[in-house]
This record gives sequence, C-alpha cells and structure tokens, in this order.
Amino acid sequence: MSSFALFAASRAPLISMGRLDVLIIVIYFVVVLGIGFYLKKYVSTGDDFFMAGRKMTAWIAGLSFISANLSSLETMGWSAMAYQYGMLGAHAYWSGAIPAILFLAIVMMPFYYICRTHSVPGYLKLRYGTSTSSLAGISFAMLTILVSGASMFAMAKILHLLLGWNMNVSIWVASLTVALYVSLGGLVSAVFNEVLQYFLIWFGSLLIPILGLIDAGGWSGMVEKIQRNVPVIHPTVAAANFTSLWRNLGSFEANPMGIDWFGIIFGLGLAVGFGYWCTDFLQVQRVIVAKDLRSAQNGTIIGAVLKMLVPIIVTLPGLLGLAVLVHSDGSPMVLVSEADPRANITHHTYNDVLPLLMGKYLGPGLLGLGVTAMIAGFMSGMAGNASAFATVWTYDVYRTLIRRNASDEHYLWMGRWCSLVGILMSVGTAYALFYFSNILEFLLVLIFFFIVPLFGVVILGMLWKRATPTGAFVGFLTAIIVSMSMWFFVHTFPEGHRPHPSVSLDSGAVARVEKTGEGDAEVIQRLIVESGTVRTVNVPVEAGGVSRTSGETTLAETLALPSSVIENGRSAEVRLLAPDVVLADTNQPDKFGLEGVPVTLAPGVRLVASDVVQKFNPAEFNTAHTKYIARSEKAKPVAVNLYSAAWTLLICVTVIVGVSLFTEPKPESELHNLVIGLTPIPDAGPCPWYKDPRLWATLVLIALVALNWIFW
Amino acid sequence: MPDEEQIPIWFFIGGILVVYGVLILGWGIYELISPPPPEARVALYELRADIWWGAVMIAFGSFYCLRFRPGRGSAASASSSESTGAAQP
Repeated sequence: MSSFALFAASRAPLISMGRLDVLIIVIYFVVVLGIGFYLKKYVSTGDDFFMAGRKMTAWIAGLSFISANLSSLETMGWSAMAYQYGMLGAHAYWSGAIPAILFLAIVMMPFYYICRTHSVPGYLKLRYGTSTSSLAGISFAMLTILVSGASMFAMAKILHLLLGWNMNVSIWVASLTVALYVSLGGLVSAVFNEVLQYFLIWFGSLLIPILGLIDAGGWSGMVEKIQRNVPVIHPTVAAANFTSLWRNLGSFEANPMGIDWFGIIFGLGLAVGFGYWCTDFLQVQRVIVAKDLRSAQNGTIIGAVLKMLVPIIVTLPGLLGLAVLVHSDGSPMVLVSEADPRANITHHTYNDVLPLLMGKYLGPGLLGLGVTAMIAGFMSGMAGNASAFATVWTYDVYRTLIRRNASDEHYLWMGRWCSLVGILMSVGTAYALFYFSNILEFLLVLIFFFIVPLFGVVILGMLWKRATPTGAFVGFLTAIIVSMSMWFFVHTFPEGHRPHPSVSLDSGAVARVEKTGEGDAEVIQRLIVESGTVRTVNVPVEAGGVSRTSGETTLAETLALPSSVIENGRSAEVRLLAPDVVLADTNQPDKFGLEGVPVTLAPGVRLVASDVVQKFNPAEFNTAHTKYIARSEKAKPVAVNLYSAAWTLLICVTVIVGVSLFTEPKPESELHNLVIGLTPIPDAGPCPWYKDPRLWATLVLIALVALNWIFW
Repeated sequence: MPDEEQIPIWFFIGGILVVYGVLILGWGIYELISPPPPEARVALYELRADIWWGAVMIAFGSFYCLRFRPGRGSAASASSSESTGAAQP
C-alpha cells in the first residue's frame, strides 16, 4: 500500500507582489492606452486600420510576426512542456517553426505580397473563388473569437491562481483596454503593442534562465541535477534523456513525449508547423503589410531568428525547473499535470514552473516586470485576434457576402465596431469557459485541425495551376471532417471506458487524518470522514452485507472504502479528492489530493456511489484506436494529435489533386500573380548582398542544423 | 494620415524601459542601504540582480530614446527607417 507525501499547500497566491510591482503594471496599462489614443489620428482609411497603411519595415514586421505568437500561454505552456518532456519541447521551435517560417519567407511570401491580398481568405478568394474563401473566412472569424476568449479566460485564471486577483476584474480590465486601443488604432496599435510586448517579455523573462543557470552550477550542473531528479519527478520515464533533441526518438516508449522521429518530422514539422506559420492569418497578416516584398521576406526571416532564440526563455526555464525547484530538505519538488488528483490541491502543476521560478529569483520590481510581461503577452494575443477578426469579418465576410460596394469610410467604421464587438464576444466566450473549462483543450485541437487543411489548400493553389476551385473546396471540407472524425475515433470506447476509481469529499465535510512524519516528509496513512457527503466513482462499496458500486445512502455503521480496486485484471489505486474539508482535530479548513489511502466513513456520513461507463471521453485516448492513427499503442496524446495532423494534410492534398483532375480549372488569365510560373517577381531595385533574403534564409538554416547537432 | 511625423515605436519602447529601469535600479539601491530580513530575500539575493538588470534596462532604453527621439529630423528618420525599420509601422 502506498500513499503520497502531503506537501504543505498554502491557500495564499503563488506570488506575492508589493507596491512597486503594482506600479509597474499600472504604468504598462497607461502606456498602451496612451499609444492607442496617440495612434488614432494616424488611422483615417481602411488600409490604415486593417493593413497598418502597408508601411511596416522589416524589423517591425519580424518582431510583430513573432510577438503575435509569443503569448503568455506560449511561454508558460512550453515551459511546462519542457518540464514534462525535457528538451523535446524545443522541437516546437526548431522543428515545428523555423523550416516553415523560412518556407513562408522564400516560397510563399511573393504570392501573398504580389497579389496585394489583405488576408489568407482574401488570397483564396482570388485563387479559387468565393466558396472556399467564405468557408475559410467564417471559420477563421469564429476561431479568432474563441481563441481570444480562451486567452482571456486563461489570463484571468492564471492571475487568480498566481496573484489572487478577482477573475471578473482581470477579464474586464484587460478586455476593455484591448478593445479601446485596437478600435482606436487598428492593426497599427496592435502591432505597436506586440513589439512593446516582445521587449517586455525578454526583459521580464531573461533573468530567470541567467540566475537559474548560475544557481544550478552552469549547463553541466543543470544536466547533472536533472539526471538526479528525474527518477523522482518522472518515475515512468526515469531512464529517458531529458536534455537531448533526437536521441530518444527511435521508439515511442523511449521518450517522455511518447512519440517517434516520424511524428516529429511529418506531424509537427510539416503538417502543423507549415499549417500554422504559413497559413494562420493572424501570423501572416503581420508580414504581408510590410512596405515592400523584400521587407516582407526579410521581416519573416528576422522572425525566424527571433523564434530560434525563444527556447532560451521558454525551454531552458522548464529544464531548470527539473534541476533547481527543490524543497527545504533538498528533495525535488514534484509538479503534476492538471489531470492529476493532487493538482492545485497539494501539488503545483506543470504550468506553474515559470511562476515558481519567478517567485524564487525575482525580487520587488523585477517580479512586477515579469508579471507585466505575462499580462502584456495575454493582451497582445487578444489584440492580435481582435484585429484579425475585424479584418477577416469586414473584408472576407461582410464585404464579400453582405455589402459589396460600400465606401472606405463605411468599412473603416465597420472595422472599429468589429474590434469592439469581437472583444465583447470574446468576453462571452471567456465566461462560457467558466462553466465548460475543458472546452479549452478541445478547442485548441480543433484549431490545430482547421489550420492544417488550410495549408494544403493554399500551397496547392500556389504551386499547381491545375488545382480547381471545386477540388479546393471539396478537399478543404473533407480534410476538416476527416480530422474531426479522427479526433472522435481516438476518444471513442465501443467497449466502454471506466473512469479511474475515485472518492471525493464535498465541501464542508469533516475529516480526521492519521499521518506520520512532519513537514515535507509528512505522509497520510488513513483518512476518517466524520460527517458530510462522500461521492465515489467506480469504487465497490460493502454496505449492509451487499457489495455494490452505485446508490445513495446515509451510513448506519462504519464503512471502510478500499484503497485500490481491480480494473481489467490490474490494480488501480483509488484517488481521494478533498479540495475543501474541515479537520476535526483543529477545526481548520484543509485540502488533500491523494492516491491509495484507506478511507473510513463514520456512521451518519452520506454516501453517493456511482458506477460510470463511458462510450466517449474527450480527455481519454483509446489505445486500441490510436494505434491505427499513430502506428503504436504506446503513442501518447501529443503523438496522436501530430500523426492526425499529418494524415489530415495527406488526405487534403490527395482529395484536392483527385477532384481537380476531373473538374474544370480556372483559365490561366485569371491566375496571374497567384500561381508559380504565372507570377513574375517584380524588380525591387538594386539589392546589396547583405539584404538578400536567400542569403539570410541559408544562414538561418545553417544555424538551425548546428543547434540540432549540438543538442542531438 | 496627417502629415505630422509619427513618433517611432522604438522611442516608446526606450521610454518605458528607462522608466522601469529607474524604478528597479532605485529599489535595488534602496535595498542595498536598507536590506530586507533574510526570510524575505529571494534566491541569489547577494547577486543584486535588480541593480545590474535595472542599469542594463536604463542603458538599453536610453539608447533607443536618444536614437529615435521625436523631432530628430525627417532626413535622419528616413535614413534610420531604411536601416533599422524604425520610422513607423
């Protein structure tokens, strides 16, 4: 019988800030609002509002391009990934982004730029016609709202957990600020704040890896500490190398991500990477508004260099979390996933790794700067989505389908109101997530699968003049349906899925704890519930001489619940969740999240037992089905999603090619400036060698190969 | 758009970095004079990260403020725009 150590879990916020920190945050809000009001006078036409006047220079385009992606969900999320998966987390940057960004710069940018489109759906309209463009436009407009709302909800939740801030206040203050500055300054304002945010993120985050490496004794000291701590933190993959990029990718079971090299290269590198970086309009909008094609290409390449550096403030802190986050007795602090019963009760989660390091190393002022960077990241994510929504809705839905020939002033007015309405709809989404919080993860997966087919449609449109409007529409729709079908397939359980056996105590239950040890070494041996309501799921209960798993009763005599249950021939430890109980001995509130601890219920306790069998569970993967998608039963969720993306792209391209061969293509006269071979690249004038995009793209590629070699 | 020259974004960035740098450096110096109790100190407190990081921010921000200050002249601005993309988005 085993039980987890009960670590002291404070009810206080994770980070405590002083007046100086609050002042730094207030200054940030004043500055972004001031910039919004200042820029309003420079925005007088639709082109100014939606396309920043097409005057952005390479550096601003590149910074904005990367900044639009470098949100706080990204910095916190990928630090968490690095803590969970080690160096494999850096693949999101070095395999999943850089090759795709370089491809965008050199191959795709000329088409986007020369056709003078305002958006990716705008390109699709020119290349294929209204049907494909409208499908992309409407889907994209909806997704921007949902993503913006998700970002808002995540920000409010994180600020509440970290700082104890009221979630309603966080949502409304942030959203009203964003609504104001985006509706005033449009894309210019969003871009200004993205560039500002980029600097704040680096100045607010770079100290953590610097101080962390000093603390760990340099890189070699960190690696040594990781090797020592991993068997305690990640016992199921104790033998894995957490500091290498490729060495562990020979098989699914040899690495903590449960993936192989094929999934990384074709799923992450090709399908997801190229889909996201080459066709997600939020990203592409930032560089197609550059002042000329060379600036657009060089801006994109600058973005690639900046992206290549991001692991310093994202992956490295995650690795440092494995090395330097320790308890007072020197034992490693174990962070757990959000799905773990101990999460946010007795243990911090993977997502807390960056805030924990901030709290450890950053004093007054620096902490405020770090939190400001986090808030700026969230707000610029919202602003990016709001400005993209305004553009796509006004140009690709409203002007295409509702009102074709209105004046420029009318579209500018529509854009300003769309920004406000978009933010208000995002607030609605954020509040919906209060009640359906696990929608967030499914939403992200759906976006994932929407963007990948879009890449198939766009790339064939650019590279193959025979691709037809019918082929594109059928291929796009088929790929979206197939990707969603795959998602349903891997979460479906025809034989029935029984959730893990668990016991939970309702709020206000009174319990007594028998424990051994003190402080960090404290271990709960038994929990005795004296009063209140206890709910069990899939735990056999012996009451009144009868064994059953469901029913409701008030106990007349003492009842002992098992600490483990046999499920499908295997022993499963019962999870105990007590998020808000009162300790009988001290009359103080407390909370636990444990596994495998015997629980005794006293007479008078109300017992609600349930026996649950599910045919569909979006949080669980059916390994009998995942092996058909990801080639192995050992594949973990990340691998299944990446393999699904690769299949989606393959199906999309196959259907477009197949249907196009039997349908009528557009005449060549309508494809000028849209397809390779029919798009003359305009002469941008004499170009010194050091401004040639191909030279810089080659150098970045060489640096990328070197990084992969170094961290092989 | 009005003809009036738009203040470069780099000036705003420089400005906010200088303000933050001054606040962080100032607090670091205050703690040098009046150190907090040991239990209130962060890890590696003895490295005085706030002092040198605040100084780095001031130096970085000052460079941007001076280089891209408003009214530096349209010729200088145009030239900096060509070389660094600074004039306006």
